Amino acid sequence: MFRIATPTTTSSRRESQSGWTKSDELPDTLVPTHCSFCGVQCGMYLRVSDGQVTGVEPRDYPHNRGALCPKGVVAYQQVNHPDRLRYPMIRRGGKGSNLERATWDEALDYVVQRWQALQQQYGKDSIAVYSGSSMTNEKCYLMGKFARVGLGTRHVDYNGRLCMSSAGVAYAKAFGMDRAPFPMTDIPETNCILVAGSNVAECFPVMMQWLWRARDNGAKLIVMDPRETPTARTADVWLPLRPGTDVAILNAMLRYVINEGLTDEEYIAARTRDWDKVKDIVAPYTPEVAERIAGVPAKRIVRAAELYGHSPRSIIMHARGIEHSTHGVDNCLACINLALARGQVGKVGGGAMMITGQGNGQGGREVGQKANQLPGYRHIDVLEERQEIAEVWGIPESEIPGEGAAATEMVKLMASGEIKSCLVICSNLMVSLPDNAVVARALDNLDPLVVIDFFLSETAERADVVFPGSVWCEDEGTTTNLEGRVIKINRAVDPPGEARRDWQIVCELARRLGRGKYFEFQSSRDIFDELRRASKGGVADYSGISWEKIDRQSGVFWPCRSEEDTGEPRLFLERFAHKDGRARFHPIAYTPPAEEPSEAFPLRLTTGRVVYHYLSGNQTRRLGFLNSQAPEPWVEIHPNTARQFGVAHDERVRVRTPRGSMELKAVVAPTIRPDTIFIPFHYGHEGAANQLTNPAVDPTVKIPEYKVCAATLERVSSSMSPLPQQATENFTAANAPRMFPYTVGETKSPPQR
Amino acid sequence: MSIDTLFVDPSRCIGCRACEAACRECDSHKGESMIMVDFIDREFSMATQPTVCMHCESPLAPCAQVCPVMAISITPEGVVQQADASRCIACSNCVYACPFGVPKMDLTARLMKKCNLCYDRTSQDLQPWCAQACPTDALWYGTYEQFANERQGKPVRQTQFGTQEVRTRVYHVLPEEDSKLRVYIDADGVMRSGEGAQGEEPWVL
Repeated sequence: MFRIATPTTTSSRRESQSGWTKSDELPDTLVPTHCSFCGVQCGMYLRVSDGQVTGVEPRDYPHNRGALCPKGVVAYQQVNHPDRLRYPMIRRGGKGSNLERATWDEALDYVVQRWQALQQQYGKDSIAVYSGSSMTNEKCYLMGKFARVGLGTRHVDYNGRLCMSSAGVAYAKAFGMDRAPFPMTDIPETNCILVAGSNVAECFPVMMQWLWRARDNGAKLIVMDPRETPTARTADVWLPLRPGTDVAILNAMLRYVINEGLTDEEYIAARTRDWDKVKDIVAPYTPEVAERIAGVPAKRIVRAAELYGHSPRSIIMHARGIEHSTHGVDNCLACINLALARGQVGKVGGGAMMITGQGNGQGGREVGQKANQLPGYRHIDVLEERQEIAEVWGIPESEIPGEGAAATEMVKLMASGEIKSCLVICSNLMVSLPDNAVVARALDNLDPLVVIDFFLSETAERADVVFPGSVWCEDEGTTTNLEGRVIKINRAVDPPGEARRDWQIVCELARRLGRGKYFEFQSSRDIFDELRRASKGGVADYSGISWEKIDRQSGVFWPCRSEEDTGEPRLFLERFAHKDGRARFHPIAYTPPAEEPSEAFPLRLTTGRVVYHYLSGNQTRRLGFLNSQAPEPWVEIHPNTARQFGVAHDERVRVRTPRGSMELKAVVAPTIRPDTIFIPFHYGHEGAANQLTNPAVDPTVKIPEYKVCAATLERVSSSMSPLPQQATENFTAANAPRMFPYTVGETKSPPQR
Repeated sequence: MSIDTLFVDPSRCIGCRACEAACRECDSHKGESMIMVDFIDREFSMATQPTVCMHCESPLAPCAQVCPVMAISITPEGVVQQADASRCIACSNCVYACPFGVPKMDLTARLMKKCNLCYDRTSQDLQPWCAQACPTDALWYGTYEQFANERQGKPVRQTQFGTQEVRTRVYHVLPEEDSKLRVYIDADGVMRSGEGAQGEEPWVL
């Protein structure tokens, strides 16, 4: 049926056909690769005919076993999308004028000349780099190096700051290593799964098959979520807690485990430290106290603790629900305390697992594009680690700048004028950052704001220079999925029009800045080879990973320290990554969220995701099938609350918080707590939930509190819309409803030769 | 003899419509989905349910039986095909006859369209696209024995509408042991499931 391309193909020439082919028959080549979206990184084949991506075929990869979610199925439609940026654009008349087509030379020279002038006048740190994690390790590594070597600025950070940075720090604190400790394929080995703040079904749909395999084996499912999500709907115990009160429940469960004598004392003594501190701090968290704080019946909390505490093997999974918080690190540590007390971490089918969200959320945070990190999880303020990287980069250690501002702090520096210009790649700040009115002011303060993207995102709309980049399958490289499995993305086609591969754009900028000799990469493989050397000896050691090994083994789990090393799918089986080999307990007390309901704002607003969209929606809102399922945001309201505020299902309502207000459609259903309302955040402009959210951040990792702020509701008085001048004729050829509509990016027939 | 067939387990359905997206990828009807996912009652629950052609075995394919022009063929394996484009007269008899509401009339094409169990794939021992893509295995493809061995739900292929029973190739998965899925309309006109159906004797065929 199909011909499968050799996995690491780099040739862009189509193989010549020998013999006769029917003129209406196009040979399909299947290019093995992975999905461009979430952290699961499902394997897939792209169908390529005549230099064009025409479809998708299932690929039986170990962690997705041929399954795909709707985003994965239509991901390929990004490639030939009519909205693709095909040439560089520049705002010649300054702010307020239009983006106009420019040549590469004009745009690149303009940026470089502006940057050089700014740096001369205001110092190196007046330019910032704001990167992302939905791109390959090669590009993430390059962005860190470009900021520090190309521009010499200390201000480089990435959107993982908004994602799971709190979990990363919690794991580093507790275990000495920031990675999910086991592969998804271990999930069926467990007896109990506690999901804390993750709508696995909608955010990581393909992961659900592993949860169900565990449940088929008899495992129990406990879900902590203020909404009855598709994950919570069939759970054995659902704990519909108030947003931001997770610690109260987790500590009450730990107290139950202690009081019932369910702790694994032998394990605690042999493999952990600081247990005593935790014992004392959870003592006051009786189920009744937890009920008062979290608003969940004490009996249900006890039932959850019973199920969890009596399971021989148990897994805690957590994601943004507990991580997007002003005490995100604490929330994750409370989960880890519970798992450690039961002696679960380091057992097959047991432990704690953070579910990293972005496609390369794991890899993106270890290859050195984070404000305080160098490649391989090295710290930017440790002299030896700086020296190791300086040697790889071929610069003196003193030239590596110090720690810069975190992504959320960068916005403040842009607003205050300390940062004069910013290069944004793989990020859509106008949708993703909280309190986006402030973000808009900050971005408009930059001159120039430079954006590399393949669609004109809400952020790129504000840019002074836009460089057209490549979608994932127009380049090759590696990503590291939420299990820590390094996988290979293969090239299927070339970028359209004048668009270029992202790494080529960045290397060209470096060359024109006069730093070309540090960026002499001929291919992404060259970048990967340097990344391997740079990560050697670090915590996230990629030095033993080769593209060939990834193909051979269906992915390689880091750390992989040599050619012979096959990687480590399971971590902490014998020792933890701290020097003494022991895990740390951390005493965690409940702290309320930064903003709690008041008389004027009596509800709690929480934001989250829908299955049809990915992050800021810049990609998925353009794909017809996905967008037609969820074209605009809505607010989910409990019927009791709706009655109280005089709001009906499907009606337009206004949601107001201390920062702003927005109008949207009401979905009235008993699938949410009565004191909580929910809005999905994937939308831009007047649909952006981040007009409302609280910009308060966790003190250590600066992750914003997207998951809870105070809000209120009001009805929008609907005036009758005026009648049109002429009668409308329905069911004409043009406006007749079509039962089987085609959507943007889809074609009925394969490309014609 | 056990056959490979579809198992539909609504308890696992998360309403993501990966099946619809995947169904649209088929070369034979690119851009059109022959599977439907619906919220059962969004104002009450998040519960969703996929609907595929059940490929009725007894009575054998009511859609085909009522077709005046014999446009709907049944393969030797018992897979009920979409209407033959050269024969279909767009009379919609099949649409009315189907107990599951599966065939759809495309008025523009004047052709009945429905799921044919990805015959191009399944006849080559591949999975149908919907089950292949389904991230939660709410749609699952394989034999009854495999299913019973691996999973906890109770598959049935007997559906009772009121007093009319239909045996299908495709299985529904129930949470508890039962011999069939029972639905009926009560005296108040409300659709219910379980025992309690009353009324006239089966009349179909």
